[in-house]
Amino acid sequence: MRPLTEEETRVMFEKIAKYIGENLQLLVDRPDGTYCFRLHKDRVYYVSEKILKLAANISGDKLVSLGTCFGKFTKTHKFRLHITALDYLAPYAKYKVWIKPGAEQSFLYGNHVLKSGLGRITENTSQYQGVVVYSMADVPLSPLNLPRHIKEGEKLLLHHQEAN
Amino acid sequence: MGRKLDPTKKEKRGPGRKARKQKGAETELAKFLPAGGDENSKRLSSRARKRAAKRRLGSAEAPETNKSPGAKPLPGKLPKGFCKPFGVSAGAVQTPGKKEASSLFNMARGKKRPAPTHSSAEEEEEDSEGDGVVNQEDLWGSEDSDADMIDDYGAGSNSEDEDEDDDEELLPIERAARKQKAQEAVAGDQWSEEETDEEEEEEQVSAESGPREDEESEGGLQINVDEEEPLLPPAGEVEQDILPEQGAPDLQCVHKRIQDIVGVLRDFGTQREEGRSRSEYLQRLRKDLATYYSYGDFLLGKLMDLFPLSELVEFLEANEVPRPITLRTNTLKTRRRDLAQALINRGVNLDPLGKWSKTGLVVYDSSVPIGATPEYLAGHYMLQGASSMLPVMALAPQEHERILDMCCAPGGKTSYIAQLMKNTGVILANDANAERLKSVVGNLHRLGVTNAIISHYDGRQFPKVVGGFDRVLLDAPCSGTGVISKDPAVKTNKDEKDILRCAHLQKELLLSAIDSVNASSKTGGYLVYCTCSIMVEENEWVVDYALKKRNVRLVPTGLDFGQEGFTRFRERRFHPTLRSTRRFYPHTHNMDGFFIAKFKKFSNSIPQSQTGNSATSTPTNPDLPNVNGQVTPKSESGSPSTKKAGQAKQRLQKQQHPKKSSFQKQNGISKGTDTELSTVSAVTKAQASSKLQDSSQPPETAAVVREPKEAGKLKQQSPKLQSSRKAAFRKQRAPPKTMDTDLPAAPSLSKTQATPKPEDRDQPFGNTTGAEKVKHQVAEQPFKKAAFQKRDGTPKGLKTPTVSSRSSSRPPPAKRRKSQSRGSLQPALTSVDG
Repeated sequence: MRPLTEEETRVMFEKIAKYIGENLQLLVDRPDGTYCFRLHKDRVYYVSEKILKLAANISGDKLVSLGTCFGKFTKTHKFRLHITALDYLAPYAKYKVWIKPGAEQSFLYGNHVLKSGLGRITENTSQYQGVVVYSMADVPLSPLNLPRHIKEGEKLLLHHQEAN
Repeated sequence: MGRKLDPTKKEKRGPGRKARKQKGAETELAKFLPAGGDENSKRLSSRARKRAAKRRLGSAEAPETNKSPGAKPLPGKLPKGFCKPFGVSAGAVQTPGKKEASSLFNMARGKKRPAPTHSSAEEEEEDSEGDGVVNQEDLWGSEDSDADMIDDYGAGSNSEDEDEDDDEELLPIERAARKQKAQEAVAGDQWSEEETDEEEEEEQVSAESGPREDEESEGGLQINVDEEEPLLPPAGEVEQDILPEQGAPDLQCVHKRIQDIVGVLRDFGTQREEGRSRSEYLQRLRKDLATYYSYGDFLLGKLMDLFPLSELVEFLEANEVPRPITLRTNTLKTRRRDLAQALINRGVNLDPLGKWSKTGLVVYDSSVPIGATPEYLAGHYMLQGASSMLPVMALAPQEHERILDMCCAPGGKTSYIAQLMKNTGVILANDANAERLKSVVGNLHRLGVTNAIISHYDGRQFPKVVGGFDRVLLDAPCSGTGVISKDPAVKTNKDEKDILRCAHLQKELLLSAIDSVNASSKTGGYLVYCTCSIMVEENEWVVDYALKKRNVRLVPTGLDFGQEGFTRFRERRFHPTLRSTRRFYPHTHNMDGFFIAKFKKFSNSIPQSQTGNSATSTPTNPDLPNVNGQVTPKSESGSPSTKKAGQAKQRLQKQQHPKKSSFQKQNGISKGTDTELSTVSAVTKAQASSKLQDSSQPPETAAVVREPKEAGKLKQQSPKLQSSRKAAFRKQRAPPKTMDTDLPAAPSLSKTQATPKPEDRDQPFGNTTGAEKVKHQVAEQPFKKAAFQKRDGTPKGLKTPTVSSRSSSRPPPAKRRKSQSRGSLQPALTSVDG
């Protein structure tokens, strides 16, 4: 377990910023303590410092997970965000997409969502924008990228990111 | 089950269409068949003989039931030879055998349920009995014309008439039955089961039913159902129902016999068969239970020890049926009310779990897969057995605590702990199985648990890796005898050594868990030990073992329901506080079998057992040279005699409890010394140190006076402290010296560590000796020592227990040591050697 290097931090923050923009700082400075990101076996974990202290006692090969896993770095050092990060991204999301109840179930089980399944969408969402998908009850479902330009009746390729 | 005799569909009785027909047949046959044919057959039951006699007497129309000479033994199910008439009639069927069968069925409606099946089976088998006696008529007739018939017990026993008829018939029957009994005993027939299954073999059901009848009648209880006539096969008979040629044993018969035997055993004095011992009944019951419920013999034996018979059958029945699905609301994300609402909207039928749970829901049925709803994926609830919620409720974790869950997979209890703590504090979730750890990771992330660290250690390594937890939950791996409904393979694949192996592992884990708890925690100091097993070897025995080995005591679990644990079981006797543990059973609480015990640790020191420490002394010897190099110059000054004495004692002491000493090093020594030192003056310190030495290396300090004390009383350090204080005081000067001297002799490095504290003040050399002594102690536990040493980064006096033995020369000032020891202790505990 080690802190992230500069490069890794940059890559990760870029990715996260796609969804929550400048609110990134809020992730680190939280009222209930300082949180930090740690890298362990190519996965990025978001932990508070208290947990970090105890986790330091555990040898690296025996440590499996700590705090929340935000995502992982691929072999080519790209950062993939995991769904486990949803709880932290959702409150700060800049662009949101709501989907109708009918489409919600299908989306959760991995299918695409048609444009007709969209309930609401934040204005000015540009193409390829990272959004967080919500159900109509404002339950965050998934962060993902809007695939393409929204045209009437066109299929929106909204994949549900699975993690862990 | 076969066709049940339906009382409501009784065929018309009495001289009816069938009766007339049968009568005719009977009379016809009676003409042709030799009168004594029936009598000649040795298979004839007493009743059959009576009937034959009646027949011969010339009651043409008499609805006597004749047993065909070669009639196969009727299924003994029907008491009072009811079967026999059936069988006879069946065999004798000339006309519609089937009809007879059906009528037999009808007749038998009031009789035993299996009777019809048996009858039909018999009918099939002995279809061509020569005896054309149509019993149907008899049967019918018997009901109608009881006055005419004496025999026909079966008919007589039909519902309303049964009692009267029975009384009348019993007397003659009794006599006949007794005769039969004797005959049967010789024949050694099997009981009705074989009858039905293996007609060819058994024919003495009737005979057996005789004695059974007697029992029943004598008991005054006229049971319409098949009496347990031949409950026990005659002496010397082997199990017939498993003979291969018979095919599968008739489970119905077995089941019925089980019930019968249980009934007999319940009222053994009156209902037993003469000449049969209780153990015979029990043995029979055991075999039957094993057959019926598919248990292995070992496990069934254990269960029979554990439960009274009535409960046993209930328990076995409960294990055939799965427990209701329960789930636990994840209060981190939702409330139970909201969740229930959402699930009901999806089509799930559920209810709150009970008064004792605020987050549990029980699912009756569901139109959607309960493990795949969006709420599940969003982490709003966790599928968890009801009994798995109990240990966490007993543990009662508080916010901002440090909790260790030693065997956490798949993570249900861990997540419950986290939600009770509201994601504050830290949870260390550990499991030894890497595959199952993945499920832990998944579950914890799904449920939004952020304060957990998941690790992959063997639980027994625990205090070494990191200790000082406020609470520890140990859900030990067990034989799984409480969750047979989930895994039926347990019925057969567990035997003695499996249980003992589990018990051994559980004891080790429990001791490690106890050592990982910090007794001086402000809010905690508790440990919950639970298993999903009902075996005493894995539950009460393990708990009792821990009570003897460590400074813990049992406290009430806080669960107000559940059965109390045993304080004695067969030949074992447990500590009386075991009454505060709780057992749960599937048949009484409708949840998986479980056992929960809650400990409170009241001292961080490890009591030394009586077993000598000499074994451990040897490994520490190599360490001595390092320490001795520094110490020897000083120790040499000491008296050699004391040294030797000390050595001997040390060895003896070391044998006692390596673990203890190591533990002392980690916690006890520092703690013990801390407490002692902080509160007392130098003298006390010396005493404490000497006491410590005593505890760790009892005789080492050569406190001649103390040695005897130490030898036997290491377990209780506090009392020893009191007594040893005086002794220590006396030896204040002596011990340090002796310690020095002892050091070279005895490999009690740890002791040296301990002694330095008091010694520092007394003697500059004392530090080293004390350190050495402590190191000795450390050395005793090689692995623990290593941990210790690593932990002792700082060579402080009191911290010497944790300090590596190598750094022997540490002259920490006494005062500093005192305070530092306290403070250092905590960090020492928490810091982990990387």
